Amino acid sequence: MIYQDSETLLEVCGLRANVNNIEILKGIDLVVRSGEVHAIMGTNGSGKSTLAKVLAGHVAYEITSGTVFFKGKNLLNLAPEDRAREGVFLGFQYPIEIPGVANNQFLRLIYNTMRIQHGKDELDPLEFDDFVREKMRLLEINPDFLDRSVNEGFSGGEKKRNEILQMALLSPKLAILDETDSGLDIDALRVVAQGINQLTNRDNATILVTHYQRLLNHIVPDYVHVMDSGRIIRTGDKELALELEAHGYDWIGTEHCAILGT
Amino acid sequence: MNIANNDDCFRSMLQGQSQLPVSPLMWLNKLRASAVDRVSALKIPTTRDEEWRFTDIAPLTKFLFQPADVVPYPQTANVSRFYLTEASIRLVFIDGVYTSQLSSNLSDLTKNSGVIVSNLSTGIPEYAAMIKPHLGGYVEFGDNIFSALNTAFLHDGALVIVPRDAQVKMPVHLLFITTQAKVVSYPRCLIVTEPNSAVTIFEDYVALQQGTYVNNAVTEITLANNASLNHIRVQRDSHQAFHIGSCAVSLARSSRYQSVNVALGARISRYNLNVLLADTSAEATVDGLTLIAERQLADIHTCIDHAKSNGTSRQLHKCIVGGNARAVFSGKIMVRPDAQHTNSFQSSRNLLLTLKARVDTKPQLEIFADDVKCVHGATVGQLNNEEVFYLKSRGLSDTMARNLLTYAFGAEIIDRIPIASLRCQLEQIVLEQTQGG
Ligand SMILES: Nc1ncnc2c1ncn2[C@@H]1O[C@H](COP(=O)(O)OP(=O)(O)OP(=O)(O)O)[C@@H](O)[C@H]1O
Ligand SMILES: [Mg+2]
Repeated sequence: MIYQDSETLLEVCGLRANVNNIEILKGIDLVVRSGEVHAIMGTNGSGKSTLAKVLAGHVAYEITSGTVFFKGKNLLNLAPEDRAREGVFLGFQYPIEIPGVANNQFLRLIYNTMRIQHGKDELDPLEFDDFVREKMRLLEINPDFLDRSVNEGFSGGEKKRNEILQMALLSPKLAILDETDSGLDIDALRVVAQGINQLTNRDNATILVTHYQRLLNHIVPDYVHVMDSGRIIRTGDKELALELEAHGYDWIGTEHCAILGT
Repeated sequence: MNIANNDDCFRSMLQGQSQLPVSPLMWLNKLRASAVDRVSALKIPTTRDEEWRFTDIAPLTKFLFQPADVVPYPQTANVSRFYLTEASIRLVFIDGVYTSQLSSNLSDLTKNSGVIVSNLSTGIPEYAAMIKPHLGGYVEFGDNIFSALNTAFLHDGALVIVPRDAQVKMPVHLLFITTQAKVVSYPRCLIVTEPNSAVTIFEDYVALQQGTYVNNAVTEITLANNASLNHIRVQRDSHQAFHIGSCAVSLARSSRYQSVNVALGARISRYNLNVLLADTSAEATVDGLTLIAERQLADIHTCIDHAKSNGTSRQLHKCIVGGNARAVFSGKIMVRPDAQHTNSFQSSRNLLLTLKARVDTKPQLEIFADDVKCVHGATVGQLNNEEVFYLKSRGLSDTMARNLLTYAFGAEIIDRIPIASLRCQLEQIVLEQTQGG
């Protein structure tokens, strides 16, 4: 929801980034205020995940120019863990499997680390168990997943739900959810979308990277951005996503060229 | 390096041997005597020997080690921390000498269940007929000076005989404690299982001090038809110690050998594990974890020998190497002409925590049968950056993320140990070690 008096959470300005000396992001401008939901769409390889990982602080990407401010702080100077502690959360397009680390141990560790960061007491294993089971119930995740290794052998959809569970534990200020909808069946999509909706409020914001309108039926975006070749080439409201769904990206490409007069 | 002097050092180690009490059993005296002959004839291995290519044992010869003269009786409080919290059958050896006061009441066990757990030196005359076919029958000492020395000093040790159909629920804890520096101990274990029996053996090497000493251990295990044995071996000697161990296992038809060996301690350690699938449809699982740092060197050589058909073997060995440490893994899988339909899987996975850490891994397949399925592979690497990033993106510091991943790498092996309290102890050690370095 767009609010008049909302705080600016994220301010990306002229951001360019390389990986292995290849320029992937070629000048991104994006402003996200509290309360808002932004959708980022665009063809495969247009740089959506790169943008998400750059914001989360992945070391493989070299920032060549531009600035990123988060709650007024220079985000690019912060290590990934400090960004997380400030409230940035990345839901991975491909969540990483960590054999040997039990999911419940991992979830408790990240939750308690965050609590300590916020000056609160840790939850002991029993307290945490009650707490996490309640969250899992809302997301309709089988409690058996607590005893398995993090994401190991999880199906695509199960991994995505585990991402949202982590988001629910960490209550981030800015959640960047990279294709959280892909791999979810229709029922799971509804459950996960409801889960995300419950977590959004006036004080936080969400960036949804997606290819499909069906997620946006559940989580209504305030802004829709279209990325192409490392740039945001079009920004609109939720109608833009519907037009993309109907006509594909070619239509934007030509219109974009027409605007530029080429 | 003066080879002649090093060999002298070994022969000087034989000095105490003549003081061993003579056994009433001729065959035992002969076995020891032939071992003494071999020690005199053999040379100490050097890195020019293929089997010792990566491990220079010369530092051991710089000290003079003698078997302990006087064996102190340690405070129970000092050793009880090594005990399992589960009910167990325990044999304790202090500096190589059997200590009945710290061990379980064994005669009751034998009376009630027929399971024989005993000090070898008293057990040999009592159960000579059952022991003679096996003792010295599996670990070759003809060309191994360390096994020859151990056999020359064959006296106290662990004897376990599991009778037909017996299923021993409690783990048998063989606890070898070194309390003094400058001593050499010759731990010896003989495990005999009769048909359809099952048992868990935990062979454990610990120290009450951080001095320089030698553990030169030999274990022989034989599984009868359809017997099942869990064998856990943990070497947590002093970081100044030398540990040389050999274990030979022989599997009869449809028997199952499951083992986990863990090397944490010693300045220089070497473990040879030879598993022979001597008859058809035998199964061997041989897992291992080497966790070392500082200037430690841990060398493990395994050979899984498929002699007969329809055998299965699976091996996962992991090394976590920090500091300036060096790990060696040499794993041979042999499939002989009669071993058709063998199924064998071997994997060596290695994690280097520092730039100076080093691992030499050498998986080898030697296949002489045509209808077999054998897979093997090795990886050496640092922690996976994507995994580290994933954890950091959840707010864990770089150190926390790396420690957690290192711990998890080792936990995969530790989780295969069937004794809960030992798993906890080892997980704690891995945690401390990964956090320390
Ligand atoms: N490590 C890398 N090395 C080389 N090229 C890379 C690397 N990482 C990303 N790229 C390239 O950057 C471009 C953008 O990739 P990115 O993953 O950001 O696309 P995306 O918009 O998320 O695509 P999709 O919709 O398929 O998820 C792609 O062409 C990709 O091949
Ligand atoms: Mg992507």
